[in-house]
Amino acid sequence: MKKDAAPQPKLELPHYQEGKKSGSVYGATFILMMGVWILLSGKFDPFHLALGVLSSALVSYFSADLLFSGPLTGRTIRTFFGFLGYLPWLLYQILLSALHVLYLSFHPRMMELIDPQVLRFRSRLKSDLAQVTFANSITLTPGTITIYVNFHRDFSVHAIDRFSGEGLPGEMERRIARAFGEE
Amino acid sequence: MDDFFLGCSLFLGGLVMLSLYRGIFGPTVLDRMIGVNAIGTKTTVLLIFIGLLYHRLEMFVDIALAYALLNFIAVLAAARYLQKRKGLYERTY
Amino acid sequence: MVIDLIVIFCLAVGLIFFAGGTLGLLRFPDFYSRLHPAGKLDTMGSFLILLGSAIHQLFPLTLSTVLSGLKLMLIVVFVFLASPTATHAIVDAGFRAGLEPWKKGDPRR
Repeated sequence: MKKDAAPQPKLELPHYQEGKKSGSVYGATFILMMGVWILLSGKFDPFHLALGVLSSALVSYFSADLLFSGPLTGRTIRTFFGFLGYLPWLLYQILLSALHVLYLSFHPRMMELIDPQVLRFRSRLKSDLAQVTFANSITLTPGTITIYVNFHRDFSVHAIDRFSGEGLPGEMERRIARAFGEE
Repeated sequence: MDDFFLGCSLFLGGLVMLSLYRGIFGPTVLDRMIGVNAIGTKTTVLLIFIGLLYHRLEMFVDIALAYALLNFIAVLAAARYLQKRKGLYERTY
Repeated sequence: MVIDLIVIFCLAVGLIFFAGGTLGLLRFPDFYSRLHPAGKLDTMGSFLILLGSAIHQLFPLTLSTVLSGLKLMLIVVFVFLASPTATHAIVDAGFRAGLEPWKKGDPRR
């Protein structure tokens, strides 16, 4: 799909830590499930709370390793707060580019303004989670859609015009790298 | 305030009708899928408006959440099913 | 009264985003470019409208209304997670089927 003459780096397959479920993973999953249960049921009598505890315990016993791939450490918590700090900037960026696409969509001579193109670049984000966050952030900002990402971290992005695609990877990648502690 | 919500709902219903054009006459199968996805998003918001109009929001919020989940699953399943097909880009009307 | 103004502002801007998304869905030349307004202006519009209705129904501050507001925010979080995934699934289906993106100067598809 991609003609690339440059020597490829050694293929690093993602490693999945199966069978390593520590107590903190169970606890975190249980708290999350219980919170969603309370939010969705809205009842606080002992019967419904007991049902919630029972079903949350069952779900966290069977599928704790689906949410967190490794044991929880200080790094996980730091990543969580870094991600929370990244969200306001992402919302602001979404708003800016949404206004740009809105302008394009209402413009009478839209067909002359748009110039769709496919951009290709190689990211330097290492962890899977950071790459997924980067790809989803690119797709969430209107004007750019991630088409595919492969093992060599090659991103392929469809941009609606030159203005939407010129900022990539740039600042968004820097901020994600800082949020996930990969600086 | 209720009149304003009614106006918003009617406007949104008109937008659903416009999206239905892409759903019916879209040149390719994928265009139809985009149209259906857009209608699903609008329906989620429309359910919230209905809840506000009938003053039963706590019930309609649950329905809207379930509808959003179903819409997402439907689009994923259709996309996964269709990507194995050849001739997806031929005009099908 | 001020809260009513905020709610009306949120709903009106959200409906403008929805209208732009639908118009772009009808006007843009091929399906890759149609995904840009359809998938994401709709996300922005539903975020604003759900925020507006969450503020509106919070008026008599009881446990039930707080729970409803939190559920509305849960829908927003879900839409922000699900919309890029659905968009990417559709793009992936088109790309694997070998559909070329529209270039400047091509006829409309």
